[in-house]
Amino acid sequence: MTVVAPAVAERFRPGQFVAVAVGGEHTSLLARRCLPVYEVKPDYGGTVEFVFSADDPGSRWLASRRSRDALDLIGPLGRPFPLPRDPAACLLIGGAHGSSGLFALADALRQRDCKVHFVLAAPHAHQVYGALSAQRIGDSSTVITRDGSLGTAGMLPDLLPGIIDRTEADVIYAAGPTGLLSAVSGIASALGIPCQVSLGELLGETGACGIGVCASCVLPVIGDDGHTRMVRACVEGPVLRGERIRWNDLGTIPLDALGGPRAPQTALEAAP
Amino acid sequence: MDLSTRIGAVTLANPLLTASGCGGTGRELSPYTDLARLGAFTTATVMGRPRAGRPTPRIAETPSGLLNAMGLPGPGLDAFLARDLPWLAGHDVSVVVSVGGSSVQEFAEIAGRLAASPAARPIVGVEVNVACPNAEDRGRMFAASPAAAADVVRAVRGAIHRDVPVLAKLSPDVTDIATIALACADAGATGLSLINTVSGLAIDPATLRPALSGVAGGLSGPALRPVALRCVYQVHAAIPELPIIGGGGVATGSDALEFLVAGATAVSVGTTLLHDPSAPQRILRELEEALAARGMARPGDAVGLAHRPASAGPQIARPRTRIEEFS
Repeated sequence: MTVVAPAVAERFRPGQFVAVAVGGEHTSLLARRCLPVYEVKPDYGGTVEFVFSADDPGSRWLASRRSRDALDLIGPLGRPFPLPRDPAACLLIGGAHGSSGLFALADALRQRDCKVHFVLAAPHAHQVYGALSAQRIGDSSTVITRDGSLGTAGMLPDLLPGIIDRTEADVIYAAGPTGLLSAVSGIASALGIPCQVSLGELLGETGACGIGVCASCVLPVIGDDGHTRMVRACVEGPVLRGERIRWNDLGTIPLDALGGPRAPQTALEAAP
Repeated sequence: MDLSTRIGAVTLANPLLTASGCGGTGRELSPYTDLARLGAFTTATVMGRPRAGRPTPRIAETPSGLLNAMGLPGPGLDAFLARDLPWLAGHDVSVVVSVGGSSVQEFAEIAGRLAASPAARPIVGVEVNVACPNAEDRGRMFAASPAAAADVVRAVRGAIHRDVPVLAKLSPDVTDIATIALACADAGATGLSLINTVSGLAIDPATLRPALSGVAGGLSGPALRPVALRCVYQVHAAIPELPIIGGGGVATGSDALEFLVAGATAVSVGTTLLHDPSAPQRILRELEEALAARGMARPGDAVGLAHRPASAGPQIARPRTRIEEFS
């Protein structure tokens, strides 16, 4: 869906998201939908395009909006993808329609003379998002489906080390389902490659406000000081360093997290 | 219109406050709402130690409401005094600090340290979150018992400077909220915040399990408004002179007016902030228009109007024009 939103388009940096109110003026749906931005363009003073699946009443309402309808949208929100200072070989890994957040990043990397290699992974062909765009703008693009209905048949974790070798990736960026991000982070940190992941999907599932007031989208993240804190995907994220996220502890409060049941008894600043 | 509103010895610029736990630390809300123009900003409940709260999922969307089981997450009192309160003070925000504890002792300690803090300047009220579970009573919330709620209010009242209002935030999940309100008033509460969330449950249709990690959660938002209005009405009927900050699903100026006529002195906006963080200014403007449209000169003119008997004549008590005798 594309909306005219010059102020959002002007400030947008790849990796950021928008928070959309759904259901109209007298809505009974109070949580905003947090959606990663696919692309911003200069037409009409500035447009913002985002991709979402219409799988609940709120997103179905959104999908049924027509041209010239008004939307209540806040953005751009969250921490964007950090970009390499010098030209580097970048591997952009997208899972299902989570890959929509990677194309604006690809453009920004291109402008910095980076190599951009795409890997798009999904269970089936119809869930792959942006295969043509990836072919068009990527130095290489690999499509992986579990059943081989498009591209290579197989599972991303099995094929990724080979792709990293082939592309000589210096940096990895990933967006998509949490399971995929976890696997990519594990492989990247084993190989010592910096890896930035976008938690768009976790944010979409748990976020209610998008601006950090509700703290519903928290996850355990290890800070610079080695201590774990519960941080908000919407404000401290949605882009985070993959190796800092305690993937196995998602959906829990680790015992040693700040404020957890067995937190270290040191005087700690609550936020980095 | 003069919107100033008195709560005990304190005069707020207007009757609109944010509700506890809905405005973050203030920083998150500040790009959307000018916090200095609020009647007051209410903090998330401050506890003694840092608390991570409950695991996700901790908010679920329900019809016209949200269900939350956060587990009172927060950085703890030290970080609050060192970081959050000074930030609010630096931005000229009037602050109501919500305090929590798992024992009367903890409430008293937090209130005492709050009162003694050099950062206490912007505090215009202390809200006592008696919906906290009482560790000394098998986790039952203080608000469920008149005696326990009164003990906490008394302890906080004793620790806080006399001029600073102490507001007890009561739970609607009780047999008779007026009884709890009376106990709190007797224990020295300057006023009450009505209401806290009502306990509810949401089921995730995909997993067929409770949607929240905490199983039950607190329901807030417009779904709660009739319950909140009823509580405000009942308590105002029982203790007409006690200031009430009414809140529960306030999304428009008309909603705010309903709370005033039910007996609230001021109104808090909570869940609406998650949906529309710029709502406070709009709601205040709408409230001002709604009062003016009814010929009222100040918010105080509306307070408790719903309690007039039906035979009381005209809707609005207008100041009578004095008819001079002409000769």
